[in-house]
Amino acid sequence: MSSAQIEIQLIACLVAIACAIPGTFLVLRKMAMISDAISHSILPGLVIGFFITEDLNSPWLILLAAVTGVITVIMVEFIQKTGLVKEDTAIGLVFPALFSIGVILIAKNANDVHLDVDAVLLGELAFAPFDRLSVNGVDLGAKSIWIIGTIVVITLTLLITFFKELKVSTFDKQLAATLGFSPLVIHYGLMSIASVTTVGAFDAVGAILVVALMIAPAAMAYLLTNDLKKMLIIAILAGIASALIGYWVAHYLDASIAGSMTTVLGFLFLLVYLFAPSKGLISVLYRQKRQQVEVYLLTFMLHLQNHSEESERHINHLGEHINWGKMQSKTVVDLALKNNMIVIDNNIISLTEKGQGFTQKAIDYITTNSTVAIEEMKDDFFLFRG
Amino acid sequence: METKYAITVDDLTVAYNYKPVLWDIDLAIPEGVLMAIVGPNGAGKSTLIKSILGIIKPIAGSVKIFGKPYKKQFKEVAYVPQKGSVDWDFPTTALDVVMMGTYGSLGWIKRPGQKEKKAALEALEKVGMLSFKSRQISQLSGGQQQRIFLARALVQNASIYLMDEPFQGVDATTEKAIINILKELRKAGKTLIVVHHDLQTVPEYFDWVTFLNVKKIATGPVKDIFNDGNLTKTYGINYKVSVQE
Repeated sequence: MSSAQIEIQLIACLVAIACAIPGTFLVLRKMAMISDAISHSILPGLVIGFFITEDLNSPWLILLAAVTGVITVIMVEFIQKTGLVKEDTAIGLVFPALFSIGVILIAKNANDVHLDVDAVLLGELAFAPFDRLSVNGVDLGAKSIWIIGTIVVITLTLLITFFKELKVSTFDKQLAATLGFSPLVIHYGLMSIASVTTVGAFDAVGAILVVALMIAPAAMAYLLTNDLKKMLIIAILAGIASALIGYWVAHYLDASIAGSMTTVLGFLFLLVYLFAPSKGLISVLYRQKRQQVEVYLLTFMLHLQNHSEESERHINHLGEHINWGKMQSKTVVDLALKNNMIVIDNNIISLTEKGQGFTQKAIDYITTNSTVAIEEMKDDFFLFRG
Repeated sequence: METKYAITVDDLTVAYNYKPVLWDIDLAIPEGVLMAIVGPNGAGKSTLIKSILGIIKPIAGSVKIFGKPYKKQFKEVAYVPQKGSVDWDFPTTALDVVMMGTYGSLGWIKRPGQKEKKAALEALEKVGMLSFKSRQISQLSGGQQQRIFLARALVQNASIYLMDEPFQGVDATTEKAIINILKELRKAGKTLIVVHHDLQTVPEYFDWVTFLNVKKIATGPVKDIFNDGNLTKTYGINYKVSVQE
């Protein structure tokens, strides 16, 4: 690996970390679309900042563009608060307006500015190592590393310092307010960090892909854990993984690095969405299927318990009595047999002691809604896992 | 002897989009009562609680907690919001939610430690939820979630408890458990204000009641004012409740 390659991967990883942290809270606050709005509407801020500083990597330009991001949030909230349009409509109104101002500004001044719309939308990570930071003639590495590195350090410091405040205000805004933590301060703090991060990442991955880096890792982590700290760590790791895999995919395909990173993110998300242990699609479908079968099982057991007469319990006449098809009857009978809940004697089905107990406990649970009786059954039956 | 008031509300008016939801409310809640706020849907019961807590800004009037504004007294007040006001899919455990009750006394930045964890575990035990401490909150039943919210208020160790429909959608066992804890708190000298829906249980559960329907209809001891006249005035229809002696 050349040092430029290492630098590019380092920048990609730092961008992924910086995005994953505010992204996690945006996802939990159901504000994922706000990141889309911010990433587009910082464009006029960037362009104006560039006119003033004439340096794409100036900290002033980053702050100025970040302010545009916060203004976007304020504008969206203002329009929404009037009650005339809903939040998603407000977002859809604000960011295209600001973005298009940026596009016009670029087009009008295209001759003086080495900014083009392609770079704005997609970023150009491959060129990042060319822009060096040197002090007194000593090369300190790519400027981007220092910029995005600083953002990562600030974001991590704020996260660790205000973790408790972020958590409580995200989970229960009203409680946070009554405990003396102004949700407004935390909200705008988070929006500021999201804006600064977006601007910092913008140069590397562009306006469209920065959204993916904020939302996809957090969405993956959400499906994989029930713990906020772990969710943050998983989101960061997922971001880093997609940055590194994406880089090498781009390398071998000779394609855009940012594009490859996002494709990898999408693919990783698909895997998690399908295969996550308890919240994944396959797991959910399996659980629903099991629950359905268990409801039938319980119905069947209740029928047996309610009827002592043999005619109701003849194996060939089940269909007539509970109005089930042959296949379904067979599935349920087999399941009951497998669990030793019934015995079949001379084609007549009877409940075993275990079957009696199961049925009684299930009835108790359903009628009293008391969970004590079924705690032990949760291990064997999905039906009682809520 | 002069009665000490936990909460005094003066000429409070709250409006949403210029439509008054609370109109010129005067209310003095004596210290140490277990008070129900009753009234029909849209009467402003939750709004009254939120205004006391400073979550909603009134367009007129003021609220004092032990004679001072809420901002200076927030450590004296614990709030149990409606269960539906939060997202129970949030990635956290029962214990962690209860720990949040300790955040107020910690203030900004400082983190909860062993002392706070111990208090949270004790509160969980009090509401009978200790064995569920590591359970993810979405895996709890409605009644259990309500107990967690109560435990979170208990660790705040406040003087005043404001609760928004704590009996909403809970099973009978939980309701009994919660009311027993509330009565215990009152015995310990705490003031409790509860938005309540089930008129039948008012005389059994509470010793003080406020009738509210945008305007304050009446407030006072249950045995003096919980009668058909006030119920009719509040609910607008002829009300008959058999009050057990």
